[in-house]
Amino acid sequence: MYRYDEFDHTVVRERVVQFREQVGRRLAGEITEDEFKPLRLMNGLYLQLHAYMLRVAIPYGTLSSRQMRTLAHIARAYDKGYGHFTTRQNIQYNWPKLVDVPDLLDELAKVEMHALQTSGNCIRNVTADPYAGVAAGEVEDPRIYAEIIRQWSTLHPEFTFLPRKFKIALTGTDTDRAAVKLHDIGIAIIRDENGAIGFRIDVGGGQGRTPIIAQTIRDFLPKQDLLPYLEAILRVYNMLGRRDNIYKARIKILVQSEGLERFTELVEEEFTHLKGGAVELPQAELDRIRAYFAAPRYETLDNGSKELESARQADEEFAAWVKTNVDTHKQPGYAIVNISLKPVGGIPGDASAEEMEAVADLADRYSFGEIRVTHEQNLTLPSVQQSELFSLWLGLKIHGLATANIGHAGDIIACPGLDYCNLANARSIPVAQAISRKFENIRRQHDIGRLTINISGCINACGHHHVGNIGLLGVEKNGEEFYQITLGGRADENAEIGRIVGPAFSYDDVPGAVETVVETYLQQREDNDESFVDAYARLGATPFKEALYATR
Amino acid sequence: MPLVKNGEITPDPWTHIADGEDAPLDAPIIVSTDRWNAERASLVHRNAPIGIRLRNDQLPDELGEDLYRFGVVAIEFPAFKDGRAYTQARLLRERYRFTGEVRAFGDVLRDQLLFMQRCGIDAFEIRKLADAEAFRSTIGEISVFFQPAADDRRPVTALRNRAVASWAY
Amino acid sequence: MTYKILTANRLDDGLVVYLGGAGWTANIDAAQQAHDDNAAAALDYRGKQAAMRNEVADPYLIDLDDEQPVRWRETIRANGPTVRADLGYQADKRI
Repeated sequence: MYRYDEFDHTVVRERVVQFREQVGRRLAGEITEDEFKPLRLMNGLYLQLHAYMLRVAIPYGTLSSRQMRTLAHIARAYDKGYGHFTTRQNIQYNWPKLVDVPDLLDELAKVEMHALQTSGNCIRNVTADPYAGVAAGEVEDPRIYAEIIRQWSTLHPEFTFLPRKFKIALTGTDTDRAAVKLHDIGIAIIRDENGAIGFRIDVGGGQGRTPIIAQTIRDFLPKQDLLPYLEAILRVYNMLGRRDNIYKARIKILVQSEGLERFTELVEEEFTHLKGGAVELPQAELDRIRAYFAAPRYETLDNGSKELESARQADEEFAAWVKTNVDTHKQPGYAIVNISLKPVGGIPGDASAEEMEAVADLADRYSFGEIRVTHEQNLTLPSVQQSELFSLWLGLKIHGLATANIGHAGDIIACPGLDYCNLANARSIPVAQAISRKFENIRRQHDIGRLTINISGCINACGHHHVGNIGLLGVEKNGEEFYQITLGGRADENAEIGRIVGPAFSYDDVPGAVETVVETYLQQREDNDESFVDAYARLGATPFKEALYATR
Repeated sequence: MPLVKNGEITPDPWTHIADGEDAPLDAPIIVSTDRWNAERASLVHRNAPIGIRLRNDQLPDELGEDLYRFGVVAIEFPAFKDGRAYTQARLLRERYRFTGEVRAFGDVLRDQLLFMQRCGIDAFEIRKLADAEAFRSTIGEISVFFQPAADDRRPVTALRNRAVASWAY
Repeated sequence: MTYKILTANRLDDGLVVYLGGAGWTANIDAAQQAHDDNAAAALDYRGKQAAMRNEVADPYLIDLDDEQPVRWRETIRANGPTVRADLGYQADKRI
């Protein structure tokens, strides 16, 4: 993974000094809250319902065990013993004190971490496939380009006061685990007909109040053109994006209002001036960054370890966990392991300091000290020997981190909601907990098969409910919490926005309603292999509407 | 309002003239594009220097070749959150190679000065005296830059690979 | 009976506070009540002054009805996250 050099260290250190000084000026009253707010947002510090909230950047979701231990330490020393992994591969702390934040940032800087640009109208944390570097069929490791974009976008003087936030995501495989089509810019690494590597550039995707699937602005962009092309897009957005209405200020609105053709013309015109210019990354720098993402020293192994096979035969629970939580690795004899942060009835994405340390220790023992954070609020150990899966599983079980529900009904994605967030209209977490308890039986979850359930507590859609197979949007009606159900959403390479199925359900009724939806699917599916989302595509909403609303 | 140029507070030789306001004949003035377009014939023949004030939704190419008549282009930050003038400044410097003064006015606050300077702004009408006095120290707060802009600071990519290249010999 | 009180977040630690007779308090029950528009305006003014003195951020008036906040959001703010009884002011109030 990327390691800071003296330049990276310097800018992060200087930024902490600068922020410490800004905090000092704020506490002394030399700048008002209105003037300070954008400055603290530039360092990811929000003021939420109960306290400040700090969002720490985890670049493209990649963490070392050392960094994870520091995150655990920070949870203990500056917060209330836990953190929350988010749908953008970051971590949030819910209780830091403003006066402590400069010291907290200093501790992060020591392990090459920061909270820069995790908020505000700037380019945010660049996210990428959590299986980057280890997925079979990968064209090239997207983290290389995510790192290049991260550096280019850091304290970019022209793009720090955009009309609105800007999110970029990358994938290196056909299977899209980064939801690139739901981002302001989505980048897929592809080959052209001659086998040259370049990028498909998608623009104008997003969720929130107006969910839109991104459109392709460039089918193939040669590698060296990446940064000049991104500058062109950002420049057009900076000048033309709406600034009069925050709900119409994202680039997706601009692309819709100009139309893709006209928007493309504007970008390509700007690009002609920037192509080949100073912002183009030198090959030497690309090679330098690529070298950081070289594969670890894998042992030469065969696939299909005997230890794994016999453990699967012997232990049903282990076999169930392998089925859902373990994925195919490109290197023979290895596997990708997903750690569920969704125990039955738990708070999705939350991890205690002890759990973080346990994961760090297991990463050191089993996965070259490397951890990934997924945008489904789980963790991944990217490279585990198949023969060691059973002992890893035992290690995870001790800490309650072995729930066999990845990608299944218990793997619920939920934003913090009204329990924590200033923007929320309704709570998400207890709804997730109630649904999780309804589906606590692992056999039942496995029988249901792949199913994503996403819950957002407000229209900002931080729970990504629009792309959940079952999505829940919390709303307030007459002071009560209600939930609108959407069905058929998909976050992958076949991205779809879910459709509202009918009138909203109350807080008490919605877990049962979700169960009704699932039961309807089970009754109507063609066979056990037809997934929920495929069955919905085939059947349409009618059977679900009938089941949900027939007696109302 | 203090003007900062070359790192310090200096007297301002220019005067902003509002549309409809009488323009002194012999003093350097800054006018809006509306006024320039309406009174171009007479303004072109002034003895004293002329400057132009862009709205922040205007692009420099609207000025055409006239751009090079102006001693100063003043660009606006109507609110500090409105970042369009950063693009205007870079275009003026990098696209149009404008070598006159590029001046920021409006909601110009301390914490944006370095970004402004990197985009090619070299004169600042700064709201608060304390911010103006802190100009030099503010500009020096960050010493590493990740991307080229309109200034002549070398981004890290240049510094890193120069280091590598030098021990290739 | 409905009336208003003033709430904010303390600047240095971000915690929820209410404006009492003598100053800011974490205890919603000790908040100064405003039973008419003049009293509410006075509370609002005191809040703005406190913000200018950098004691708090974002002061605003909220409605209470018989000691309970009208808005569910404000009940959560007064107590803590409903999903973590061990966090927030509710933890201090537990016997």
